Amino acid sequence: MIKDGDLPVDWGKDDDSVYQLRLFVTGTSPVSVRAINNLQIILDTHLKNRFELEIIDVHQQPMLVQSDNVTAVPMLIKKYPAPVRRMVGDMSDTAKVLRGLGLS
Amino acid sequence: MNTLQKTPTGINGLDQITLGGLPTGRPTLICGSAGCGKTLFSLEFIIRGAQEYNEPGVFIAFEEKAEELAVNVASLGFDINTLQAEKKIRIDYIHIDRSEIEETGEYDLEGLFIRLNYAIDSIGAKRVVLDTIENLFSGLNNQTILRAELRRLFQWLKDKGVTAIITGERGESSLTRQGLEEYVSDCVILLDHRIINQISTRRLRVVKYRGSVHGTNEYPFLIDEEGISVLPVTSLKLNKPVSSESTSSGIEALDDMLSKKGFFRGSSILVSGTAGTGKTSIAASFAYETCNRGEKCLFFAFEESPQQIIRNMHSIGMDLKTHMDNGLLQFYSSRPTLYGLEMHLVAIHKAIRKFKPSSIVLDPITNLITVGTVSEVKAMLVRLIDFLQEEQITVMFTALTLNTVVNEQTDEGVSSLVDAWLLIKDIELNGERNRGLYIMKSRGMHHSNQVREFIITDKGLDLVDVYLGPDGVLIGSAREAHILLEETGQVLHTHAIGRKDRELLRKRKVLESKIESLKTEFESTEEELNKMYIEEDLKKEIMEQTRQRTTDMRRGNNSNLSPEI
Repeated sequence: MIKDGDLPVDWGKDDDSVYQLRLFVTGTSPVSVRAINNLQIILDTHLKNRFELEIIDVHQQPMLVQSDNVTAVPMLIKKYPAPVRRMVGDMSDTAKVLRGLGLS
Repeated sequence: MNTLQKTPTGINGLDQITLGGLPTGRPTLICGSAGCGKTLFSLEFIIRGAQEYNEPGVFIAFEEKAEELAVNVASLGFDINTLQAEKKIRIDYIHIDRSEIEETGEYDLEGLFIRLNYAIDSIGAKRVVLDTIENLFSGLNNQTILRAELRRLFQWLKDKGVTAIITGERGESSLTRQGLEEYVSDCVILLDHRIINQISTRRLRVVKYRGSVHGTNEYPFLIDEEGISVLPVTSLKLNKPVSSESTSSGIEALDDMLSKKGFFRGSSILVSGTAGTGKTSIAASFAYETCNRGEKCLFFAFEESPQQIIRNMHSIGMDLKTHMDNGLLQFYSSRPTLYGLEMHLVAIHKAIRKFKPSSIVLDPITNLITVGTVSEVKAMLVRLIDFLQEEQITVMFTALTLNTVVNEQTDEGVSSLVDAWLLIKDIELNGERNRGLYIMKSRGMHHSNQVREFIITDKGLDLVDVYLGPDGVLIGSAREAHILLEETGQVLHTHAIGRKDRELLRKRKVLESKIESLKTEFESTEEELNKMYIEEDLKKEIMEQTRQRTTDMRRGNNSNLSPEI
C-alpha cells in the first residue's frame, strides 16, 4: 500500500555519491591546460562538491600510467561510481563529458 | 665511412636475406594479413635477441595478453616467463576498449610514449616490438590525430635508438591499412600466406630496406616447433667446389659399369623407371652402402613410411634398422601434400642442416608434382641440387615414369639437371616382365652403354649381363632357357665323344688281339725254322764228328778213340 507522502525511491540516481575522478595530463601542454579548465567548469556546474579530482602528470607518475592503462592523454577516468569510464581529449565536448560521467 | 649497422634477428635465414639483420636503431615494419605469422616473427626477434645476442627487448602487445603470448610460444620451446623474471624481456599489454572511451576533443598518445619509455628504460631494452599498431585505430576515432601520433612514434623510436619492429595488418590496396607505416619505416618486410591448390605456402619479401641492399625475391618460410626458418634462394652462380672422389652405389655390378667405380661425391643421381622396377630398392641400397661406410645418410620418403621401407628392404637382405639405431641413417617422411613445394624445400634444408648427412635420398620426387607444376618442381630441384653441391652431399632422386606426357617431361626436365641418370625399363618378352637397367648418362666418366638385367634377390641387388645370342637380346627366363639349352648340348656332345672313345678303344683291342695272334703265329713259324736250323746244325756236327773219327781211324791213330766208340 502506498501511503501519502511516500515517494518511490529513485535507485538510479544517487545524488549523495562522491565521484572519484582521475585526470592524466602532460605537464602544462596547451591541450592539458585546456582539459583541466574545461573539466573544472563542467564539474563545478554539474557536480558541485560531489567529486574528488586527482590530476596526474604522466611524466611524473609512469607507474600509474601503466596501472591505469593510459594511452591517450589527456584522459579522465571515472573510478566511482561504476561503471568505470574513460574520456580522452581536451574535454571541450561537454555533452560527451557528461555522458561519460553518466550525468546526461 | 659509416655504413648502416644491422641487428641480427637470429631467425634462420632472414639474416642472410637482409645481409645481416634489421637496421639497428631504426623501425622496421612487418606487415601481412591475419595468420601470416607477424606476432611470432616479432616475438622470436625479441626472444632470440635476449637469448643469443644479450639484447633485452620490450614487447608491447595490443592484441594478446602476456599470459596468452607465453602459452602461444611455449609450444616453440620459448620460456617467456623465465626471461621476464630475468629482466631480459618485458611484455606489456596495452588495451584500448572503444566501448569505455569517450572522445571529448583533442588529445595525443603521450601516455603510450611514457609507458614505452618506462618499459624500455626499466630493462635497458635494445629491441622493441609493437604488435599490432592497428589496434590503436580500432580503439580511437580521430584518424588525423592517430596518423600524426604514429608518425611521431616512429620518429620517437628512432630518437630512442632502439631497433624496433612494428607489425601492421595488410590493407586493401597498400601494404598497411593506414598506408602510412610503410613510408615511415626504414625497412618493410611483407609476410604472405598463400593457398595454391589447397596447399598453403608462407612467403616473405623484403619490400624495402633503406641504406642497404637486400634480397628482393619472395622467400618461403616455415613455422615449426623450432620457430621460423626462412629459406634464402641459394646463389645461382655456378662456381661450386667439385670432388673427383667417387662413392659406391651399393651395387657392385653397377659400380663396375662406371669407370670410376661409383658416382662422384657431391653429384646428383636420378633413378627413373616405371612402377615396381625397384627404384626404391636401388635408393635404399645406396643409403645402406653409405651407412656401411660409416657415413650419415638422410632418407626423404614421400611415399612410404620408414617402417615400411625397413621391412621391405629387410626382405632383400638390407638391415636398415641397425643403421637407424646407431644414428647413421635417418628417415624423414612426409606426405607431399603436407605443404607446398617451397615449404618442402625449407623442411629439407632444415633437416639436412641439422643432420649433416654425406648423402641423401629423395624417394620419389615425382610425388612432389602433386603439389606443384613441372616447372615448379624443376625450379625447386635446381635450388636443392645447388645447395647440396655446396655442401658436397651426394643425392639420389628416384622418379616414377608413367606413360603420360606430363611425367615424361618431368623425367626429362629433371634429367638435364642431374649428373648421372639410371633408367630402369620393363622389358616384356615371352609373356614375362624383366627389368633392364641402363646408364643414360654419367657426367665426367666413362660408362657402359650396355643394358644389364637388374635382378632383386634375397641377398640384395645384382646386375646380370643380358644374353646376346643369334636371336637377339635374351633376358629373364628366355636367357635361362637358352643357357639350359646350351648346357644340354654340352652334355649330349660329351656323351657322343665318350661313345666314340669307347669305340676306338674296342677297335684298338681287336687290333691288338690280332697283332697278338700274328705274333704267336710268327713265333711258331720261327720256332719251326729254328728247329730245322738246329737239326741241320746237329746233323752237320755229327757228320763232322763222324768224318773226323773216320779220318783218325785211317791214320791208325786209335789212341784218341774214346772208349765208348
